[in-house]
Amino acid sequence: MSSDLTTLSASAASAKVKSGEVDAHELFEQWRERSRLDDLNALSWSADSVPAEIHTGGPLGGVPLGVKDLFCTEGVPSQSGSKILEGYLPPYSATVVDALAAAGAPLLAKTHQDEFAMGSSNENCAFGAVINPWDRGRVPGGSSGGSAAAVAAGLVPWALGTDTGGSIRQPAALCGVVGLKPTYGSVSRYGMIAFASSLDQAGPITNSVADAALLYSQMTGRDVHDSTSVDHPDPVSEVPAADLTGVRIGVPTELSGEGIESGVLDAFNASLELAKSLGATVEPCHLPHAPHALSAYYLIAPAECSSNLARFDGVRYGLRVDPGEGLDAMYGATRSQGFGPEVRRRIMLGTYALSSGYYDAYYGRAQRVRTLISQDFDTAFESFDVIATPTSPCVAFELGSKTDDPLSMYLSDFCTVPMSLAGIPAISIPNGLSEGLPVGLQLVGPAFSENRILGIAASLEAAIGFDGSAARL
Amino acid sequence: MTEFEAVIGLEIHVQLATQTKMFCGCKPVFGEDPNTRTCPTCLGLPGALPVINEAAVDFGMRLGLALGCSLAERSIFHRKNYFYADSPKGYQISQYDEPLCSEGELAGVRINRVHLEDDAAKLVHTSETGRIHGAESSVVDFNRAGTPLAEIVTEPDLRSAAQAREWLQLLRTTVKALNISDVNMEEGSLRCDANISVRPVGQKELATKTELKNMNSFRFVEKGIEAEIERQRILLESGGTVVQETLHFDPRTGSLTALRSKEEAHDYRYFPDPDLLPVSVDSEMVERARAALPELPAARAVRYAETYGFEQELSERLGFEADLGDLFEAVLEIRGKASDPRLAATWVSGEVFSRVEQDAGSAIEASTLAELLELLEGERITTAAARQVLDRVLAEGGSPADIVASEGLEKVGGGDALAAAVEIAIAAHPEAAAKVTAGEHKALGSRRWWRGAQRNPCSPWRRVGFITWLNNPQRQRFHSQRRWSLC
Amino acid sequence: MIDRSEVLHIARLARLSLEETEIEAITAELSSILDHVDQISSLDLEGVEPTAHSVAQSGALRPDVPVESLGKDAVLSQAPATDGSGFEVPSPGGGS
Repeated sequence: MSSDLTTLSASAASAKVKSGEVDAHELFEQWRERSRLDDLNALSWSADSVPAEIHTGGPLGGVPLGVKDLFCTEGVPSQSGSKILEGYLPPYSATVVDALAAAGAPLLAKTHQDEFAMGSSNENCAFGAVINPWDRGRVPGGSSGGSAAAVAAGLVPWALGTDTGGSIRQPAALCGVVGLKPTYGSVSRYGMIAFASSLDQAGPITNSVADAALLYSQMTGRDVHDSTSVDHPDPVSEVPAADLTGVRIGVPTELSGEGIESGVLDAFNASLELAKSLGATVEPCHLPHAPHALSAYYLIAPAECSSNLARFDGVRYGLRVDPGEGLDAMYGATRSQGFGPEVRRRIMLGTYALSSGYYDAYYGRAQRVRTLISQDFDTAFESFDVIATPTSPCVAFELGSKTDDPLSMYLSDFCTVPMSLAGIPAISIPNGLSEGLPVGLQLVGPAFSENRILGIAASLEAAIGFDGSAARL
Repeated sequence: MTEFEAVIGLEIHVQLATQTKMFCGCKPVFGEDPNTRTCPTCLGLPGALPVINEAAVDFGMRLGLALGCSLAERSIFHRKNYFYADSPKGYQISQYDEPLCSEGELAGVRINRVHLEDDAAKLVHTSETGRIHGAESSVVDFNRAGTPLAEIVTEPDLRSAAQAREWLQLLRTTVKALNISDVNMEEGSLRCDANISVRPVGQKELATKTELKNMNSFRFVEKGIEAEIERQRILLESGGTVVQETLHFDPRTGSLTALRSKEEAHDYRYFPDPDLLPVSVDSEMVERARAALPELPAARAVRYAETYGFEQELSERLGFEADLGDLFEAVLEIRGKASDPRLAATWVSGEVFSRVEQDAGSAIEASTLAELLELLEGERITTAAARQVLDRVLAEGGSPADIVASEGLEKVGGGDALAAAVEIAIAAHPEAAAKVTAGEHKALGSRRWWRGAQRNPCSPWRRVGFITWLNNPQRQRFHSQRRWSLC
Repeated sequence: MIDRSEVLHIARLARLSLEETEIEAITAELSSILDHVDQISSLDLEGVEPTAHSVAQSGALRPDVPVESLGKDAVLSQAPATDGSGFEVPSPGGGS
């Protein structure tokens, strides 16, 4: 019996496979066994055998991957957490899933999520809520809660998530793992079941900044199937921890005071002190329109989703409920029964925001607010290298505690939404515990500055010295 | 009584003959098995994304340039949201407030815009498939879904059904010359809707209009618009008011029926497609599109009229049918300046076209036709013989000179001898000659007589009749009624 | 902020059939969300251009080169109802 390879970090395992020390098939098999320990409802599917071919020669060295449910994976259920897609087997795979498999990260498991990525707690999943491995009475965050919980619990070595308004960063924070939302357009969206097209972006959820950098390095590049994708002008390869001497960290007053839990704020301030001690300068900055980001976001994202989700009509795939009263009745019944309450709510909201007479007041205005938010960041980055905020205003909350109040749930995205609207990269790293639950620190840079923020994140990660082993199953 | 005038604007959809669909790499081929030309994008599968076909943009720009439009440096695709079984995504991707081309003009009719969009799928109702089903249902074939369309919207500058039809035919000819579409109304690669209103003559403001949908032939366009104008006129004359609605014209009965009245007003919730970025058109793309423009039919017709003095009908026949115009010019080129352009023009547009309507321009080599016209113009053969030779060439190929030689079609006597013989004959038989000249060929006897005359032209009486007839302009009428050479 | 008839209209546009019992709750939820997001109406947006995408500003076009389509079996394999050649849908006109 060989040693337990699942205790190795993804980067370490990758290096060992590449050096020949570890067999990729053995590694996969051990992870496959691990994935069966899932009692968090984190996984929606896991491989029933080791793939015949694993690209061990690729940069990722054969370390298996957890993939959020909403990525299309050929012949493997891809349901986006929705009853309307229960058991759906796509005839093709997402570009990024194919790219990672080719680079040596074969598909190990799919992970549960909030339905169509709409949610901040993973309770909006048609297949049951995901549980936080730190406290089984609490949510893992969302919408990539299954990926974050699975990585934290050691069910998968690393995972893919997607972030529209915080769906990678917030669950990463609540589960004590690393989550990177890359620059919009740097990763292909082809094959990602869309929520809000102008905001959705895939990114890594991992146990360390080094793992995130390694996985992300193989995700980028222009895809001919996604016309919003672009080549990364400064592709990420290996990211050494940055020297923080002279690094200018801006702390937006709008996102680091009111509305943030005191335990989260304490951890945040402690890490800022650490950064100072490592030579960084920390000063307040302003994002004057950031408080309006949530409003703009909750108009833009639902508007786009109301249109993106129109294709779920019971004709070509997925659920059909046909009362036998003609086409429109079939549409209505299928969509009402196939979509959960939060998805229906956002479709309604978005339809309203786009409807005749309201477009200018809602969608049109929101797109203008978006311009102001981007300009705020541009201005801030003239004076600062990186912006730091708490990732989530609170630690993991109790299951069921916010499900009856959509608005309070939406406020979970308070610190993450402005970056999504601006399309700029942001990473959440574990920032210690508050009352025994993980807290996240968010670092934000200008577009395509992933190398920079990953380097700074690696330094702070080392300084913070977070130990996530308590979450391991 | 008040006089009314019709105000008509057209919305024309042209399927672009690109190699791939508007937003994906599927081939838009027709008549294939249902659902064999589809992919995640044109089926609207979860996660699939559209990517704009550069050829469709190029074709759209050519169309815009041909219609004198200005091209937008930046244009945007919107989503037009609606649910229907023929819509795979629940929305159509179409240009809305920033189209590719705007503000043009063709033959006095202003073009509001030309924009690009994707076509819908085909809904086949089970009654058409002939299969028996328990429940009423339809079957959707997504092969057509995503085929690139250019929509051309005119200003309401047309004033009659006949004018609308004529203008639409010119538009079709123009698009055909651009080589960007099959523009076939019956097959649906050219579709026309009309916005129609009627107002008292002299009134400036537009009256309430109705929209007439999907008339699938030029004839139906004219008949449908005519019927709707008439309906509105009668309605207004009897003190009624026109209701804004969408109508369907049934060509079999000539009746107009309102399409299902919507319980909701159209609310397409247009917004910029977030899967696509704006299309930037740079000067290089514009120059490429401009370079690909052929001489346009209207311009060509004007050139023929001005250069050769042809009347409108002849100029337009040659100008609007590019292959006929090409053949005409090639023949002239071979025959040189000394030849008669009108002879070449009438032979191309008349003799050749009447025999082969489909692809007439490529039915005969220019050099062959030039050779034939050389024989005709040199008076070595009669027009009748030339027609006979043309029939042979079209059917079997070969050289006109060889056919003339082998069939003995060369003119009797030839130029001067013939003329002299005729003059003698006319002098000898003034009465008969006068009748012949007046075109009363029947005075010359029965067809049997003519056959006899042809066989034995030696008797003086027969000779004068025959020769006179051959040289009488009226023979042409006779000829076109009864193929002399064949009787 | 939003009334019952607007909710019904929106539900109709979105093809969501609402139960009579949920209309009131949805109206209240949407109203409270709209109240919140309406704070952007206080901003002065005069002269501010809308942003549809934050990063790239214009998209690359696709060369007009055909690629293989999906096979018909793959296309129809996930369909709720087919006749073997196409997707069956209830007639647009009405019920059976």
